[in-house]
Amino acid sequence: MIAEDVLRYSFRALLGYRRRTYLMLLAMAIGVAAVVMLTSLGEGARLYVTNQFSSLGTHLLIVLPGRNETAGGAPPGLGETPRDLTLQDALALTRSTAVRRIAPIAVGAAPVSWRQRSREVSILGSTPELYPIRHLDMAHGQFLPPGDPERGAPYAVLGAKLRHELFGNHQALGEWVRIGDSRFRVVGILAEQGQSLGMDMGDVAIIPVASAQSLFNTNSLFRILVQAKSREDIPRAKRAVESILQERHEGERDVTVITQDAVLATFDRILRALTMTVAGIAAVSLAVAGILIMNVMLVAVSQRTAEIGLLKALGAPQRQVAVLFLAEAAALSLLGGLLGLLIGLAGNALIAQLFPSFPIEAPLWSVAAALGVALITGLVFGVMPARRAARLDPVESLSRR
Amino acid sequence: MNNAMIRLEAIGRDFRVGEETVHALRDVDVRIDTGEYLSIMGPSGSGKSTLLHILGLLDRPTAGRYWLDGEETSALGEEQQARLRQRKIGFVFQFFHLVPRLSAAENVELPLVLAGVEPAERSARVARALEGLGLSDRASHRPEQLSGGQRQRVAIARATVIEPALILADEPTGNLDRASGHEVIRILEELNAKGLTLIVVTHDPEFGGRARRRLHMLDGRLAEDSGGS
Repeated sequence: MIAEDVLRYSFRALLGYRRRTYLMLLAMAIGVAAVVMLTSLGEGARLYVTNQFSSLGTHLLIVLPGRNETAGGAPPGLGETPRDLTLQDALALTRSTAVRRIAPIAVGAAPVSWRQRSREVSILGSTPELYPIRHLDMAHGQFLPPGDPERGAPYAVLGAKLRHELFGNHQALGEWVRIGDSRFRVVGILAEQGQSLGMDMGDVAIIPVASAQSLFNTNSLFRILVQAKSREDIPRAKRAVESILQERHEGERDVTVITQDAVLATFDRILRALTMTVAGIAAVSLAVAGILIMNVMLVAVSQRTAEIGLLKALGAPQRQVAVLFLAEAAALSLLGGLLGLLIGLAGNALIAQLFPSFPIEAPLWSVAAALGVALITGLVFGVMPARRAARLDPVESLSRR
Repeated sequence: MNNAMIRLEAIGRDFRVGEETVHALRDVDVRIDTGEYLSIMGPSGSGKSTLLHILGLLDRPTAGRYWLDGEETSALGEEQQARLRQRKIGFVFQFFHLVPRLSAAENVELPLVLAGVEPAERSARVARALEGLGLSDRASHRPEQLSGGQRQRVAIARATVIEPALILADEPTGNLDRASGHEVIRILEELNAKGLTLIVVTHDPEFGGRARRRLHMLDGRLAEDSGGS
């Protein structure tokens, strides 16, 4: 029998029992649509978090003073005090070829005032490199001008919220503000970026790192941000940072290097697992649809006993009868799957309309998996009815009207 | 002996019904030559339908041997028997057994579809078969739109489209009025006149009596054979 004829015969059979066929298509479509939409939501959540992270900066390593890992290091009580990170430590890191740029960060809180207004905000001391590393955007003016990082300079960049609170509708660029006891000239205003992982970049003033250190009367740094040359260079950069700092700290490994990718990878894993879980739950509905298909095909076999007997009398061997009924189950599930895919994609489009900032898109694997599972479900649950059809006794089947 | 279409040797068919064994056929020996016209008659339960099913390879005997066109069939597997049935045997049933969702032409086409004949050749053969039975103008009608006589003619077209050597008819007039019945008998006899072997199971003594050779079954045995070997 020609494959095309098998298909035509199955489709004619499906069209012959329309209501039953439509109901089955609906059941299968709901299952597939659920899988497609839920995995899209999970995947969208994952993309959303990933995007949040990459807005922090790419190929980023964060150096913290002190050793925070449980393994290694001296046991507590032996009097190891972590050395501070210094500006010289930070500048030494540029020796490594795996490092593209670094930005030392000193942090403190101080009142920022202009005329009679004053605000207590976080003061970030850094270098011009912070701008590309953190993917910052300027609303007005420019970022800190380049210069010797070890020498202070009276320049300040203000966060958008701070500018608004201090200056209101006045022009801020070029004005002098007082931070602590020193005066700084406002050279730039950050664009509004909202919260980025714990630090509100709107409510902050950025000044040169040396100025910040003298403001807070300290030599230490809060963090050093290190940007590796590429994703592949991250492990090498991490080793280089550790060994350079160990060398500078008289052989003590007293810093912690966090790679942003490690944090990201953890989130990525969690959210992927979540997506899979949700997909698994949705797949239950596919299984239910499969059982419905089996039920419907069993009914079809008993309804069409005479037809099966006839097929056998006309010379169809058992195998061929089984193939015909299997093809019918497969066609039912595949059509239902396609219908479900359309519904799922339409649902995604609707969500994309309602929540434009949420990156929803059906991952290709879920589309393929949903259709594949639909087809396999149809075939697996079609086997039993098909075998029953194939094994019917032709004499008995023909003796009924 | 050479042109024996069918040779049955000591055919028996037992059914188990609960604890009892029912002997539907016992020790049947028959030889039917190519081109014969033969009726099988007898009361209900005499085994005539069982005999027809065995002849049509729809049922297997529990004893004896059966040669169809020189081929010993009891040794054949399910698939080989199906192929033999497909090539050599056309069935005509009392209840027509047309597929209700298919048109007359599609019903006639079904054996060709199952045999894997190319679509172009199929439509030519279907058209010829329908024309031969005066059904050309009914080709696109579905069974429910046809009269009983027309349905049985569609079924005969289906049985003959594959050009079998043997036609097995199980009460072909049992569900028809007299006029349609006569028409069907005439068509079957014409086929026999063209050389097809025709075997008819019937209750109808008038129809059965028209056959050149008549078998009478009684309690699973061949009680009377009006002629032949």
